[in-house]
Amino acid sequence: MSEAMTEPTPTDWNGQIMQKRIARRYAAERRFKVMGFLAVALSTVFLAFLLFTMMGQGLRGFQRTEIAVDFDFPALTSGTTAAAISGPNADAALNSMDVPGIVELAVSQQYGDISEGLLTSGAAGNVRQMLMDNPGLVKSKQQLWLPVDSRLDVAFKRDGEPAAEQTVATLAQKDALRTGFNWTFLTGADATDPSAVGIWAAFKGSLMTMAITLMLAFPVGVLAALYLEEYAAKNKLTDLIEVSINNLAAVPSIIFGLLGLAVFLTMFGMPRSSALVGGLTLALMTMPVIVIAGRNAIKSVPPSIREAALGIGASPVQVVFHHVLPLALPGILTGTIIGMARALGETAPLLMIGMRAFIPAAPEGFTDATTALPVQIYLWSDEVNQGFVEKTSAAIIVLLIFLLGMNALAIYLRNRFETRW
Amino acid sequence: MTGTALLFLVLGLGLIGWIAGRARAAAFVRSAKGGPRGTVNSLPYYHGWFVAICAIAPALVFMFIWQSISPALVTDMVLSAPAAADLPQEGFARAAILSEARAIAQGFQIAAFQNESEKLVPLYKSALAYYKLIGVAATLLLLFAGGAYAFTRLKPDFRARSKVERVVMFGLLVASLIAILTTLGIFASLIFESWRFFSMVSPFEFLFGTEWNPKSVVTPGADNGYGAIPLFWGTIFIGAIIAMIVAIPLGLMSAIFLTQYASATVRKWMKPILEILAGVPTVVYGYFAALTVAPAVRDFAVMLGFSNAASDNALAAGIVMGVMIIPLVSSMSDDSIAAVPNAMRDGSLAMGATKSETIKKVLLPAALPGVVGGVLLAVSRAIGETMIVVMAAGYTANLTANPFATITTVTVQIVALLTGDQDFGSPHTLAAFALGLALFVTTFFLNYVALRVVKKYREAYE
Repeated sequence: MSEAMTEPTPTDWNGQIMQKRIARRYAAERRFKVMGFLAVALSTVFLAFLLFTMMGQGLRGFQRTEIAVDFDFPALTSGTTAAAISGPNADAALNSMDVPGIVELAVSQQYGDISEGLLTSGAAGNVRQMLMDNPGLVKSKQQLWLPVDSRLDVAFKRDGEPAAEQTVATLAQKDALRTGFNWTFLTGADATDPSAVGIWAAFKGSLMTMAITLMLAFPVGVLAALYLEEYAAKNKLTDLIEVSINNLAAVPSIIFGLLGLAVFLTMFGMPRSSALVGGLTLALMTMPVIVIAGRNAIKSVPPSIREAALGIGASPVQVVFHHVLPLALPGILTGTIIGMARALGETAPLLMIGMRAFIPAAPEGFTDATTALPVQIYLWSDEVNQGFVEKTSAAIIVLLIFLLGMNALAIYLRNRFETRW
Repeated sequence: MTGTALLFLVLGLGLIGWIAGRARAAAFVRSAKGGPRGTVNSLPYYHGWFVAICAIAPALVFMFIWQSISPALVTDMVLSAPAAADLPQEGFARAAILSEARAIAQGFQIAAFQNESEKLVPLYKSALAYYKLIGVAATLLLLFAGGAYAFTRLKPDFRARSKVERVVMFGLLVASLIAILTTLGIFASLIFESWRFFSMVSPFEFLFGTEWNPKSVVTPGADNGYGAIPLFWGTIFIGAIIAMIVAIPLGLMSAIFLTQYASATVRKWMKPILEILAGVPTVVYGYFAALTVAPAVRDFAVMLGFSNAASDNALAAGIVMGVMIIPLVSSMSDDSIAAVPNAMRDGSLAMGATKSETIKKVLLPAALPGVVGGVLLAVSRAIGETMIVVMAAGYTANLTANPFATITTVTVQIVALLTGDQDFGSPHTLAAFALGLALFVTTFFLNYVALRVVKKYREAYE
């Protein structure tokens, strides 16, 4: 030891041993960097794969297979005139016309022995709507394109059951099939037949639920954030509030569902599966997120603003509501949108409050039984019928587009209005 | 008149009160002498708010109270009528008839299933109308009384602002108390329902039993299949082991790469992309896991020689859950690495250490408490996650460490127990609350420890 101290030999950096060591260390450095890159790349690839899978399956869900059906209306309707099914009495006239019977007859006349189960269950409704929109159709022979049954739809788009494939091949030979845009999917409600389902009902349910959530969580969250950041004295009560909020922000969402079940449904007897109860439950879940985002936004408003306002004679309430809140609002709104996006994608608490039933109509009011978009995705994913696979993915695409839109809005708001002090 | 219509009427009248109060105060200002505002104490709109609050607040409070007591009053009135005398005395049948008659009278239900309830419908209708009339009349009376009282108090030297501000402060306090109320509500409902559950099934069986096969009718003292150990194990295995094996390396390495190696441009693009992973709804992950990942994992397992691999295997759910957690681990690690003082890193680099040596030997050990806190938060998030496991993991309780087998978790069973019968007092429903309590307590504990660790660590470097 002492020898080395007295006679230090300088490191021979060009020597073989040292060069090897440095090369090893640099190799380790490169390996580590590559590992880091791989971690990021793997996460990105997973995301891309997820989105790609959903797109690949889901885009088919926006399409439907249609079949050409010839309607000899004058013969089928025994000479009903256009005037009879237009005007104020159109509804009653169409009801007495037995549209489903007419459709069935027309299909069996044209396609004979394969006509059984050719059309989707909603086809008669489509014909009825066409007649309603354009009563002139009944005057002559018409060729109408109607959506086919789900089995054939699956068989035409990709592989289906052998029997369905055979029917599709026969029909394709006659040039009787085409692919059209599935408007029903955007305007309809849940149904047992995958070719007749739509997401409008679930979407409306989600919107109504979100409206309740926003109406409750936003004011309460902002007021609580203002109180904690601007007025709260440092005492036990304030500590308790802070602990509660931090804890609530991390409580699993399913627990909020249990709370909603025990309190809103059982104790207060509110209507099961309604947008009202869903909105209340999600509001309790979203409120802490808004409080935390709001506090950060309020904290970033510099004290000089408050002091200046106080200095020219504003009261403490005026300081906050006239000066601090408007300056913090962009930040609060950003946090609120992110919280709402999370609530929009939330499924588990809604299942707890009974949103898992088959509901074939859009809700009319806040107390009607409804379903929500993510719940609808869950329900469809449980279906055995192959036709639901693409519908589930299509619903996921709609949900993701909305979430992406909300997040983009949040980012835009942040960049556009956020002031750096 | 429905409740919503009454609410809008009250708010509309409040608006009229606001306008009237403001107009009166504006008149004071005009007639007052000296200075732009004269001798008027508060700005006109504070007078407006004072009138509006005095009018609306008592009416709303009354509406709320009336909403909760009027059902009981209605029932009393119906029961005191002679037609109700021949109702069955026994509690359950009696309540069923009453609730059915009420539903018909309110228009929620169209036809009666029980003959007795048909007779009570007109009684209910008249009682409901009677009390509704009283309610509306009293609400409006209170509203006008409050508004008129406030209006007469308006004077040039009336301190409207301080009165209104006191109400605002009260509102702020009430808003913050809602957080405490929610926490208490969660606690109370979970504990209360779990208490009822444990009066049927012994807590010993629940906590230490190894067989989960819940029976809908329980016999006290016997084994009822409520042993939750397989569920606890499944939750830990999927959420705390498999998911973390995926999330910790990927999240930590992503954070290191993005903060230490990546150029500013790469960082600017990659960080939001990672955050998208956190923004994808869990139901989408669940669907992806069930549809794409699980079959792939099964095929892989069969290829390895596990011929009995299940299609709803634990591994698929765990992997997808891990991916979902990556952004959380990554951002927590990012924060704690950024909090390490630059002097430590510069010192290490100045001694000739390479970047990776600095990270491994200096930054990570220094940032470890923060990273551990982040991992604890991630675990708490993973074990409370519901949709991924509901859709991708199975419903069969299985005490095994084989990742290709079907394993169920606490959250899956909560969903499953609440699916079947919907009678609120049944042991199935109550068991869901007991499981919820276990989950709540665990996540609460994890979050508490994690936040403490992170806070302490931040203070250490400040």
